[in-house]
Amino acid sequence: MQKITRDVLVEKAVSLLENGTVANVLGWRKGEFDYDITPAVFTDKADIEANFVWNDFCGANFSKYLVQKTRKLEGKILVFLKPCDTYSFNQLLTEHRFDREKVYAVGVSCEGMVDIDKIKAIAGDGISKIVCGEMIEVSTVYSDEVIKIDAKDVLEGRCESCKSKKHVAYDELLGEEGDVIDSNRFDEVAKLEAMTPDERFAFWQEQLSKCIRCNACRDICPACTCENCVFNNPNSGVENKAAANSFEEKMFHIIRAFHVAGRCTDCGECSRVCPQNIPLHLLNRKFIKDMDSFYGEYQAGAEVGSRAPLVNYTTEDVEPCDVFEGGNE
Amino acid sequence: MQVKEYKPLIVAFCCNWCSYAGADLAGNNRLNYPAEVKIIRVPCSCRVNPMFVLRAFQRGADGVILCGCHPGDCHYTSGNYYTRRRMAMLFSMLDYLGIERERTRVEWVSAAEGAKFAATMNDFAEKVAALGENKRLEDLRCKK
Ligand code: SF4
Ligand code: SF4
Ligand code: SF4
Ligand code: FES
Repeated sequence: MQKITRDVLVEKAVSLLENGTVANVLGWRKGEFDYDITPAVFTDKADIEANFVWNDFCGANFSKYLVQKTRKLEGKILVFLKPCDTYSFNQLLTEHRFDREKVYAVGVSCEGMVDIDKIKAIAGDGISKIVCGEMIEVSTVYSDEVIKIDAKDVLEGRCESCKSKKHVAYDELLGEEGDVIDSNRFDEVAKLEAMTPDERFAFWQEQLSKCIRCNACRDICPACTCENCVFNNPNSGVENKAAANSFEEKMFHIIRAFHVAGRCTDCGECSRVCPQNIPLHLLNRKFIKDMDSFYGEYQAGAEVGSRAPLVNYTTEDVEPCDVFEGGNE
Repeated sequence: MQVKEYKPLIVAFCCNWCSYAGADLAGNNRLNYPAEVKIIRVPCSCRVNPMFVLRAFQRGADGVILCGCHPGDCHYTSGNYYTRRRMAMLFSMLDYLGIERERTRVEWVSAAEGAKFAATMNDFAEKVAALGENKRLEDLRCKK
């Protein structure tokens, strides 16, 4: 249940369009169902009033869209950002990926987004209508009964361990300024670290073998903005799905996570979009946790222009062969 | 059927300025190290992208070792400091995925340390041989 209502956002978008501050609005557009909301560019008042959505299904992080949109679109772009999105926004600015002058950023406070898969697990298939609220009301085609689900019970994984309700970048804020949260987001990583190597291998083998190499996790990632990705190389031998391996796609997963190490803000988009529900955040967070413990705490995107641990060093750094003593066993 | 003795395939990335010269010195001094150690010369240890390491494993290496100048002695001043951070992250991640930690190593070997080079390779090859073939990181797509 979002405290800031859709109408507040719509009003803001329309007024900024009408007074000429922006020419485009990057927002969430109504989909076929109540839960499949798509990112879209609006340029017209009537369109916004009819199709703009802001509810518990607006998980999409718009920061990455700015890379392309600021190049292609004429005029300034209004973008709505949740707290976690603002970290990606800053990180992209740090990497000079878009022109800040072309963007008008409006922060929206966020109460957490919900996971449609968790709702389906409770309500079953055939969902015909969902009404968001503190209690989410779900109707299905198979019964007249309206199923009520507490929104807190079906939060997205990343929202359960949200790291910050604070907007680290905006031109204007709708709602209250939140705080950085001391969340439990490394607990699961620590649990894995406590397993034996064989157990860990079995865990990852099961998870990564599910991967269908759709590359959605890469495509959605605000840190993956390379114009030419290594995984597009047709001669690599690993550009498409493996069919016979015991531990498929490990190279893809290690390298994907490695390429964003130090730049990954832990926005959670990769895990959200994975159609196979592979817990990709456990790879990213392992890197974040390691960097924090070896090189000092660092949050990518907390400020513009900070130097990430992997493009930095001290003469006293831990030796690669000693890292295992760092509590990994 | 004749059973061949198992010899691990080791890929050793050696930086041009120290470790490759160290390997050369080991050769000149007729110090023995296993013939299954395949040396790949790189301009600096920091030339080794984490993907090189995984690529070697994918294609059938049983162990991968990186050798570079001692910290502070890199020909390019700071390359090996970056190597150190990168490989620390990579090795820790491999361990996290349940891959045997003895299959990867970083060792600093100077141009004067021919003996250290040979001893390092002998020790590494022995440890990898004890683990047996690399099954956890191989990739059938990459094998000819
Ligand atoms: S989104 Fe999921 S299935 Fe698709 S490539 Fe990434 S991990 Fe694999
Ligand atoms: S790797 Fe995942 S969590 Fe990290 S920035 Fe990319 S999408 Fe976000
Ligand atoms: S996986 Fe690596 S090469 Fe590909 S887009 Fe992401 S960062 Fe760039
Ligand atoms: S030149 Fe030897 S490590 Fe950089």
